[in-house]
Amino acid sequence: MSDVKKFLYVNRKAPHGTIYALESLEVVLIGAAFEQDVALAFLDDGVFQLVKGWDTSELGAKNFQPAYTALGDYDIQKVYVEKESLEERGLSEDDLIEMVYEDEDDDWAEKSSIRIVSRQEMAEIMQDSDVVLSF
Amino acid sequence: MALLHTVNKSPYERNTLESCLAHVKEGDVVLLIEDGVYAALKGGRAADTLSSANGVKICALSADVKARGLDGRLVDGVEVVDYAGFVDLVVETDKTQAWL
Repeated sequence: MSDVKKFLYVNRKAPHGTIYALESLEVVLIGAAFEQDVALAFLDDGVFQLVKGWDTSELGAKNFQPAYTALGDYDIQKVYVEKESLEERGLSEDDLIEMVYEDEDDDWAEKSSIRIVSRQEMAEIMQDSDVVLSF
Repeated sequence: MALLHTVNKSPYERNTLESCLAHVKEGDVVLLIEDGVYAALKGGRAADTLSSANGVKICALSADVKARGLDGRLVDGVEVVDYAGFVDLVVETDKTQAWL
């Protein structure tokens, strides 16, 4: 396939206050079906989407956090999380959910999809993409 | 005349909390709801803003805290209340101002 494009889904919103996070997930899953080169970026309040331990029972809303951990099954292997955004919010990688994929080039070894990147690196990732979809 | 102030926006995205805290009076109550609860996350930059409020009770809504994975991760001094507690606060104060 010569027409594979690099898609970057940029997530900048907290999970429950607005519909953006859930909508982004839906679009990512649709996009994954078209065998494009997909990467996800989480920065600003978007990093809150990956904070583990959601319990939405009292809120009476759907807990869509398990959907993030299923992204590896859709061959999504690149999840970039901005270090500065985490730090400003008192968070670290230990606070995030586990996201893994199976590497077909390495005997299907399970590997983490999450890559903590600096703000500078995030800027380069954006520059390097063919298509940017913002949520 | 005690006021109940509700804040429902993330302090990292809007200046809602800051503006609210600039207008509170001693004896007032600030209730963090929806994305407003992120202000109380321990270690976060916004937690400093929150601690600058003197003589004001700070509460956070339990359902919103838990849904975001923040249970047990809030700064000291923030009282977590459930929906019934929200109603109590509305009744105990003279009026409510929602900082949207």
